[in-house]
This record gives sequence, C-alpha cells and structure tokens, in this order.
Amino acid sequence: MPEGTLCNRKPIQTEESLKTLLGDTSGTQYYKQMKELDVDQDLLWSTIQKTCKSRIRTWLEICAHCGMCAESCFLYLINDRDPKQVPAYKIQSTLGEMIKRKGRVDNDFMHMAMETAWAKCTCCNRCGMYCPNGIDMGVMMGYLRGLLYAQGFVPWELKIGAGMHRVYQAQMDVTNEDFVETCEWMAEEYEEDYVGLHFPVDKEGADILYTINAREVKHYPEDLAEAAILFHAAGEDWTITSKGWEQTSLAMFAGDWEACKIQVKSVYDAMERLKPKRMIGTECGHAHRATVVEGPYWAGREDGLPPVKCMHYVEWVAEALRTGKLIIDPDKRIKEPVTLQDSCNYVRNHGLKKITREIMSYMVEPGYFIDMSPNEEHNYCCGGGGGFNGIGLFRKERNKALITKRDQILNTGAKLVIAPCHNCWDAIRDLEEEYKIGIRWSFLKPLLVKMIKFPDHMQPKE
Amino acid sequence: MYEILTGPMIWLSLSVFVIGMIVRAILYVRGLNWQLDRVAYRAHPKAGMKGAARSIIYWLIPFGTSSWQKQPVMAVIFFVFHIGAVCVPLFLLAHNMILKNIFGLAFPITLNLCIADILSWAVVLCAIALILRRIALPEVRILTTTYDYFIIFLAVAPFVTGLFARYQVGEAPFWYTMHLLCGELFLILAPFTKLSHITLFFMSRAQLGMDFGIKRGGLKGANITW
Ligand code: SF4
Ligand code: SF4
Ligand code: SF4
Repeated sequence: MPEGTLCNRKPIQTEESLKTLLGDTSGTQYYKQMKELDVDQDLLWSTIQKTCKSRIRTWLEICAHCGMCAESCFLYLINDRDPKQVPAYKIQSTLGEMIKRKGRVDNDFMHMAMETAWAKCTCCNRCGMYCPNGIDMGVMMGYLRGLLYAQGFVPWELKIGAGMHRVYQAQMDVTNEDFVETCEWMAEEYEEDYVGLHFPVDKEGADILYTINAREVKHYPEDLAEAAILFHAAGEDWTITSKGWEQTSLAMFAGDWEACKIQVKSVYDAMERLKPKRMIGTECGHAHRATVVEGPYWAGREDGLPPVKCMHYVEWVAEALRTGKLIIDPDKRIKEPVTLQDSCNYVRNHGLKKITREIMSYMVEPGYFIDMSPNEEHNYCCGGGGGFNGIGLFRKERNKALITKRDQILNTGAKLVIAPCHNCWDAIRDLEEEYKIGIRWSFLKPLLVKMIKFPDHMQPKE
Repeated sequence: MYEILTGPMIWLSLSVFVIGMIVRAILYVRGLNWQLDRVAYRAHPKAGMKGAARSIIYWLIPFGTSSWQKQPVMAVIFFVFHIGAVCVPLFLLAHNMILKNIFGLAFPITLNLCIADILSWAVVLCAIALILRRIALPEVRILTTTYDYFIIFLAVAPFVTGLFARYQVGEAPFWYTMHLLCGELFLILAPFTKLSHITLFFMSRAQLGMDFGIKRGGLKGANITW
C-alpha cells in the first residue's frame, strides 16, 4: 500500500484531520498502516542531496569509529552498555546507511531508523562534547528525524503535535481565546490574595513580553497566575500577547521544519507587532531552544537572533533577585537538601549554567544546595527529552532511561528537585511515580511565590 | 624504480597531498550553510573565531577535555600516536635532507635520531594498541570496518618499513623502496580517504566550536567547558 489514510507523508493541515488522527486511540491503526507505507526513495535521496551538506557529510566520513562517544551517552550506559546504543553506531546504521544506499531503503529499515531516532536518542547533544572530531550526534539525529518525518515514519503523538502547531500555532488544541480567557480567569481567582493582579494583554512597547507553554493553559493554569504574581511583585511593565504566545515546538521533536517555521514566526510576529523591549519565556527548555536558539534559522534570520532580545525565565529570576526587584524573606529560604536539574536545552545548548546556581544562592540556605554529578553542560538528560516523554510506543524504553536521573538524584540525597523545564519536570514526576524514591519536584515559580516579600500595595486589606 | 620514487614521485605525492588537502578544506567551507547548519557563521565572526579556537586548542592539549580525562588510556595512545605520526615525517633528518636536495629548503628543526627512533617505535606500538582496542572493546568492535584497518595500515606502513630500513634489516634498498612507496601512497591517498581528517579534524572542530561560540551560549558570554 502506498499511503494510508492516517499514516502517510502528508502533514496534518486541518482541524478535521487532526481530530481523525486523535480519534485513533494510541495510534493503533496509524502504526498498522505504517507497516505498509512505501518509502519514496527518490524524494529521500533528492532531499539528502539538497540538504546534507559538508558539515554532516564530513561528520559521517571522518568518524574514526573510535567509540569514545559511547560512555557519554546515558542511553548506552543505562542499557547495559549495549553496543547498539553507541552514538556513532546509532547514526552510522541509520543516516549513514541511507546515504550509502543513496536512499534505496525499505519499510523495515525505516522502522528501525524511527526507533533509533526517537527511542535511542533524546537529542541531548551530550555526545558531541566527548567526540574528538567534534561530531554531534544529537544534531544529526535531529536531521534524520526530518527525513523520517517527511516519509511519514514518525511516532503518532509527534505527528499530532506537529499538526497542532500547524493548525493552532500551539502544541495542543488551545485557541487564542482559550489562552486569554484562562489568564483572565486566573487573575480573578488570585486578585483577592494579590491585590491589583491582572494580565496586561497586547500592550505595545512594554518592557517584557511573556510567552508560555500551551500546557500551562490546559493543565497548569496556576503557573500562569504565578508568573503574573511575580511580575507584579517585581513591578515589571509586562504584557502577554493574544496571538503568538506559544513558545514550544513539538514540531522540532517531530522534525517537521515547515511547522517549526510557522510556529516560531507566530511568536516573532507578536514581537514585531508589540515591540517589547525583551521577551521572556516560561520555565521550559525546549521552548527556549525552539524560539530563541534554533527559531531564528527556521525563520530565515541571518543574524541568528530573534527580533527582540529574548531571555529564559531563569535569567529573569536571577536578574530580579540580583537587583532586588524580588526580595526573598530570609526565614523562608529552603532549608532542606535540594538539587537542581540542568536542562540540556538551555544549559548545554545555550550556556545558562551559572545563572541557575546564582538563583540557588539566593533561594537556598547555605549548605543545603547539592549539585548533581555530572552537572552544568555535562549533565545527563532527564531521560525524557526530544519527545521521548510523550511517545506511548516507547514508554518502556523511556522508563528505563529515567534511571540515570533517578540515580543522580539519589546520589545527592536531596528530597527536593528544582526543575525549571517542563520536559524535565515531567520526567522527574514520572520517575517518582515509576520508582518511588520519595522526592518532590518543582518549578521555580511556586517556590518563589511562597518565599518572596510582597510590596504593600499587593497585600490584601483585612 | 628507486629513481622514480625519490624523484618525480616525491613531487607528485606531495603535490597531491597538499593540493588535495587544500581542496578538501575549501570544499568543506563552501559546503557550510548558515541556515541548514543553523549557525550564523558570518554574522558573529568574533564569537565564532573564539569558539573555534577554544574547540581546537582544548582538544589538542593532552587531558585538556573531559573526554580525554575520562579515557586516559585512549588519550595517551591517541597523543603518542599522533605526535609521532606528525613529528617523525616532518622533522626526521633524513627527510629533511631529501627535501633540501629537491626543493633547496627544509625545516630548520630536525629530530635527534634517538628521539626519532623512540617516536617511531611508539607509533607502531600505539597502532597495535589501537588494533587490539578495536578487537577487545565491544563498543569499538561494533563500529569497526575493514576500511578502518586499511587506514591504520596506510598510516603505519611507512613507519614499519622505515624502521626496517633504518636497522638495515635484510637488503637495505628493498626496505628503502618499500618505505618510499608506502609513504608516497599515504600522501596520495590521504585527501581521498578518512586520512583527510588531517585537515578535516580542524575544520570540524572549528565548526562545532563556532556552533557553541555563536549559537549555543557563546553570545551569552558562556564558554563551554570541553
Ligand atoms: S567519538 Fe566521534 S569519532 Fe569516535 S566513534 Fe564517536 S563519533 Fe566517531
Ligand atoms: S544526543 Fe544524547 S541521547 Fe543522543 S546519542 Fe548523543 S548522548 Fe545519546
Ligand atoms: S528533557 Fe530536559 S534533560 Fe532531557 S534533553 Fe530535554 S532539556 Fe535535556
């Protein structure tokens, strides 16, 4: 069979097809159809010829097959040092083979490649730091995902995710109205306790444009409230936008580059329309990566920078605490062993390694902060990165992958894990559910809301 | 045979090597694409240069990176092998005399014969260690192909034959001829095989360094700890 009704090479473009695919519980039919899906070998080869240039070709060619990357990959370590988990093997046996065979690969090969690209790599880019030849397998896996996506070989959830971005410019079916209404609802809920709390919408020329992760609207609206409370307490001139508010990109995990562009352009349009001094995104790693680090390239911006200065939430928190915009009540500092998850997406891949530790120095009573080992840009992935968290088909593999982080946390002895990243937060929650090691986990916002001193004008009048 | 190998073939092989490597480097740079690679190479030359320099220098320092520190045995094999493989051919007195004869100039430094001996033996021993490592370690075995052994062969053959010639094992002219042949084969094949890493190592390292220096944190003022 060439292309199935659910599993095919066409991206999801309409709400209707999105609903149809969602209706196929766990993608049962979808994966069945994938078994029959033909490979468009000409398309595959012509795409490779057009897009696989000297950087990746050289990487594949000069790889010394030395295996020094093996131990850098947490998935290799956690899977009993399975040689098939060596980063160089994972890429040589998939992308390398595809190129060697000039795109003449079959359905079985594509299934193997799909499993490798999504269940054996979280695109955490750690191996790239350990290869003498400067070969970054995470980058190549991302490229491979793009090739697989274009052929229809992509996990069900990510096909849907990419479709969501195309249809809603959000990773979930959250409309612009839903977003603004949820914010208004949150303001109502919380304004009694935090006097004057509101969400400025579409304010032009504000100091800060705040962008978010659609999950906050759907599942954790308190996160929106907390962001507002903290901006308000810090006396910031801020705004949300009624359009282009979603910072995440499941399309990036899926390898749907066109959808990545659509998504990030919607945010850049908001920046251009509202002309804020800077944009601050919520506590999410991949969202930051997508909008701030990779986004400019999808959008075709030659300077590699977004239209306005962009910061991750941790940068804003550090600045607010450093400058005294937010003041922590010393009595309320954290006085229990606490550790911190370094998100690959903004630590290894955007250098924000010191700033989170600066935050810890303000929030945690001296002596209680314990770093994981390894840490900073050498940290291990939480185990759920690159879309791994969300793929039902690979749940077993993902749960195994969590063990690395579990043991890292256990070794610190900390009972509280601060994870300023949605994806890592999810993974840590899941690892507690799966392995019950008795930890709590948190974003920065809820902790800060409990710790800071509020200015008088925000205090409720008795 | 000997005449040809010491005369025109030296010219030819050196030219193929030098021109080939330059062409590879040029092709590499021309094949870089800011949008596909997602690195704004041109827009931030200073940050890019800094990232590139750090990425190369740290990796050239023995134990200069986490990776070298984590794998000390491999690091020692790697550095000894490469130091020998680079220094002996370049600075050996006998080589310099040939260069002087042909081109009229040579490197000002030459290796003390004893050091040259030690380095040459070290190269051969390291090559054996590399081969054993390929066989012994599952994570390396799975990656290894015949081609990898061929590359090791190309790289050490000039040393083995050179040592035979130096100790005048058997008939000296035979080993000299073999040595010349292997050395010239190495030079001629290098640009077309994995040996192109002689140049491409630097290109690839520089590229990843620019990636980190420009996009992945360099512009935020963070220096990656390699
Ligand atoms: S460390 Fe680098 S050169 Fe060695 S096998 Fe891994 S990718 Fe290849
Ligand atoms: S990017 Fe991360 S998960 Fe993927 S191969 Fe490298 S180290 Fe392993
Ligand atoms: S989920 Fe977190 S730890 Fe894992 S790759 Fe993404 S940012 Fe890194």
